[in-house]
Amino acid sequence: MTNSSITNPLREMMKRFVLRWLLYLLLCTFALYYMMPLFVMITTSLKNLEEIRTGSLMSLPREITLAAWSTAWSSACTGIQCEGLRPYFWNSVLLAVPAVLISTIIGAINGYVVAQWRFKLSNVLFALMLFGCFIPFQVVLLPMARVLGMTGLAGSISGLIFVHVIYGIGFTTLFFRNYYVTIPVELVKAAKVDGASFWRIFFSIFLPLSLPIIVVTVIWQFTQIWNDFLFGVSFSQAGTQPITVALNNIVNSTTGVKEYNVDMAAAIIAALPTLLVYIVAGKYFIRGLTAGSVKG
Amino acid sequence: MSPILEIKNLNKNYGPTNILNDVNASIEDGEFLVLVGPSGCGKSTLLNCIAGLEPITSGTIRISGRDMTHVSPKDRDIAMVFQSYALYPTMSVAKNITFGMKVRGIEKAEQDVKLAEVAHLLQIETLLDRRPAQLSGGQRQRVAMGRALVRNPKLFLFDEPLSNLDAKLRVEMRTEIKKLHQNLGASMVYVTHDQIEAMTLATKIVVMKGGMVQQIGSPAEIYMRPANLFVADFMGSPAMNLIPARVNMNGKGASFTITRSAAPPLVLHDENIKSLPDNVVLGLRPEDIGDASLRKDRKLQISNCHVDVVEPAGADTYVLMTLGGVEVTARLQAETAAQRGANMEFTFNMAKASYFDANTGERLN
Amino acid sequence: MMEWMEKQMPKLVLAPSFAASLIFVYGFIGWTAWVSLTKSKLLPRYDIVGPIQYQRLFDSPRWDVALSNLFVFGFLFIVISMLLGLVLAILLDQKIRTEGVIRTIYLYPMALSLIVTGTAWKWILNPGLGFEAMVQSWGWDSFTFGWLVDPDMAIYTVVIAGVWQASGFVMALFLAGLRSVDQEIIKAAQVDGIPTWRIYSSIILPSMAAVFLSAFIVLAHLAIKSFDLVIALTGGGPGYATDLPATYMYTMAFARGDIGQAASSAMVMMMVVFAIVVPYLYSELRARND
Repeated sequence: MTNSSITNPLREMMKRFVLRWLLYLLLCTFALYYMMPLFVMITTSLKNLEEIRTGSLMSLPREITLAAWSTAWSSACTGIQCEGLRPYFWNSVLLAVPAVLISTIIGAINGYVVAQWRFKLSNVLFALMLFGCFIPFQVVLLPMARVLGMTGLAGSISGLIFVHVIYGIGFTTLFFRNYYVTIPVELVKAAKVDGASFWRIFFSIFLPLSLPIIVVTVIWQFTQIWNDFLFGVSFSQAGTQPITVALNNIVNSTTGVKEYNVDMAAAIIAALPTLLVYIVAGKYFIRGLTAGSVKG
Repeated sequence: MSPILEIKNLNKNYGPTNILNDVNASIEDGEFLVLVGPSGCGKSTLLNCIAGLEPITSGTIRISGRDMTHVSPKDRDIAMVFQSYALYPTMSVAKNITFGMKVRGIEKAEQDVKLAEVAHLLQIETLLDRRPAQLSGGQRQRVAMGRALVRNPKLFLFDEPLSNLDAKLRVEMRTEIKKLHQNLGASMVYVTHDQIEAMTLATKIVVMKGGMVQQIGSPAEIYMRPANLFVADFMGSPAMNLIPARVNMNGKGASFTITRSAAPPLVLHDENIKSLPDNVVLGLRPEDIGDASLRKDRKLQISNCHVDVVEPAGADTYVLMTLGGVEVTARLQAETAAQRGANMEFTFNMAKASYFDANTGERLN
Repeated sequence: MMEWMEKQMPKLVLAPSFAASLIFVYGFIGWTAWVSLTKSKLLPRYDIVGPIQYQRLFDSPRWDVALSNLFVFGFLFIVISMLLGLVLAILLDQKIRTEGVIRTIYLYPMALSLIVTGTAWKWILNPGLGFEAMVQSWGWDSFTFGWLVDPDMAIYTVVIAGVWQASGFVMALFLAGLRSVDQEIIKAAQVDGIPTWRIYSSIILPSMAAVFLSAFIVLAHLAIKSFDLVIALTGGGPGYATDLPATYMYTMAFARGDIGQAASSAMVMMMVVFAIVVPYLYSELRARND
């Protein structure tokens, strides 16, 4: 590089050593920045209110209590009811599981059509469907509320499932289409010559190939749907709210003393499923995040 | 007996572009038809049309006498082998081969019998449980052929099946396909851009360019009597020499004057010509230009020419000269004494000459 | 009949999804656009009156705050996230041994709901008991960090929380982009004696234009949609100091019963997104079809 590297190899080595350590220092500092809120959430949730008031934000709990956790789960107040997060946790489960499954299946079949069975308008149709992913959902809230009301689905979990499926199809189709497009078109030709029908080709050939993209799609959809708030708060009512709405209610309820430890415990409970999915299958989650964004 | 495949006035447009233009071709049962031409000439598209995988704009396709123009691929009684083999990646070799039979609802027992037959014929019995990813290129090719064979079709279609193989394997598999054809007596339509494959495998060749048929004929015909400049240049390796010449008609046929730099023009005669335009392109294959001192035939015309390059190539030696402004290759025996930069006597076998119109490129004799 | 069905199967299969898209995306947008041109209050009215809702919208001081917040928040959020993401990506590109672990740590915030993020940062930035109190307890008695409850500064807390959530994702995008540069070009540059920083600035970064664009689009999209974060972090407050178009729309729709305003604010949001996303999608789809 520079002339000094020829004249003073020791200096070069030291420079590189120092730079490396600087690099690691920087990386660690940022790591702390990202870990800090999680750390604070956990420690705060394990303290009692007295300690929170007198202690400091990032100090470790002097005495670990799980009382806040049990309150958060079974007795915290989300408005008028004080049943904790538990019923709302199950609401989210009842919402997420069917919505993820249905939107994934539809996305797979749509992606299959758009990638391998192109017809005259198929790309235009795909583009139009894709556009639906990008709209701000505020613009469909009002009419959707009316439609749900008219069909009797207002405030129900089925209604929420319907909404999430409709607006999830754009993304799931994109994921599967990008994946199926990499499969050579001669495979379908050979199957056609062999006499296989559209559905036969899908079930016997494409589906067995699809495990990687199914995992990515399921993880992505689950994360989106579990973490959603806008649809949840707009289309549910007291008994059917998903966990994100309940969490917000607990934290922002103005009655009584603010129980920060309960707030934190509740936040962690709400975050646990997606966090666990991320830790276990994070690699696939990242692939999902970058699937539509980076070329290639 | 009606031909096994008959293509009449086939046109294919894709939007405003014309991809296949008035294609006519037919083969009898047992023939091996090769569609050959440069990339983009439409040969693969034509094959896909025969298979029914692509629609045509106008014209008819008859297989075994029946009009198949609008019939779907599975009912055309054909089988196809693809360039990338297109084996089903999640199925074993055995399942790959029997998939079509399964779809057609054939009894398992019969499937097993046919599978065993084909596996034995292609020597892939030990591979039946493997997945395509675990096979070598040549093995995959054989499995693809097995899948086709098991259908017992009227027509086998091959879409550049050897292009993905390395040179040595390509030669081996080429021979295997030829043997298969001879053993089965099956009718085959084969697409390739490699004119050597075309010449060695075909009983009939269709040369294509730009969506149009340039010439249809047996390998010998195509080789010795190419229909135009394109075919003359494309088929045969090394390519036919195409030398511009001025024609002079006199009492004894025609004489051809070929310019040379730094030497008087070369003049050749052909007594069998009745009439030709003033300017033609004279086509002579490298093997029709020889070393005069080694010649056997006393009746060949001789002329003295300047040697530019000498390329020894084992059994032959190629000698390059410049005639009429173009580079001309002569294929001489290895014993030739040709030297770079020296002059030498060459024989020109005008009996094998082809004459082409200098403007249209069409054959004149 | 069966033959016809088989031939048309791809179209038949795609049709329901397309129809759903037609109705629930385009149809609904149309409905909202329609209503935004009427005098609707609690219930929708369908007689078109003209752009009065838009006039009311832009006359409203609260909407002014919401829009200016959007630009301030959007700008800072996008710029800081991209810078931070780029720096982190370049750092991580230096062949770190524990790259996998570090990347996991930087990225996990994206797995969280914005409500969770908002809740956590609301606590951290709590003036009396959070960060401010902690620093004061370390001895800096005069340290104040009451941004959360300061009408002028509250919007910046949203930036802080948003950047924390999204910068890891930007880093992942950029890292993938950095790595997609042909290694041979870099080796050639190294052989030529070009210093590492120069390789980055002259060769690698310029070739990442597409990735920058992708990141920008995603971040812009997140910024415009920011609803959950504001609700959890500040509730739109103090007052309506941290209102964004998204929260404005929600309030108008469900709390104030002013559907006309809700519709018009939603349409404005729609048009902003449209202006950014459509050219991008168009160029992306054309490229992929080549």
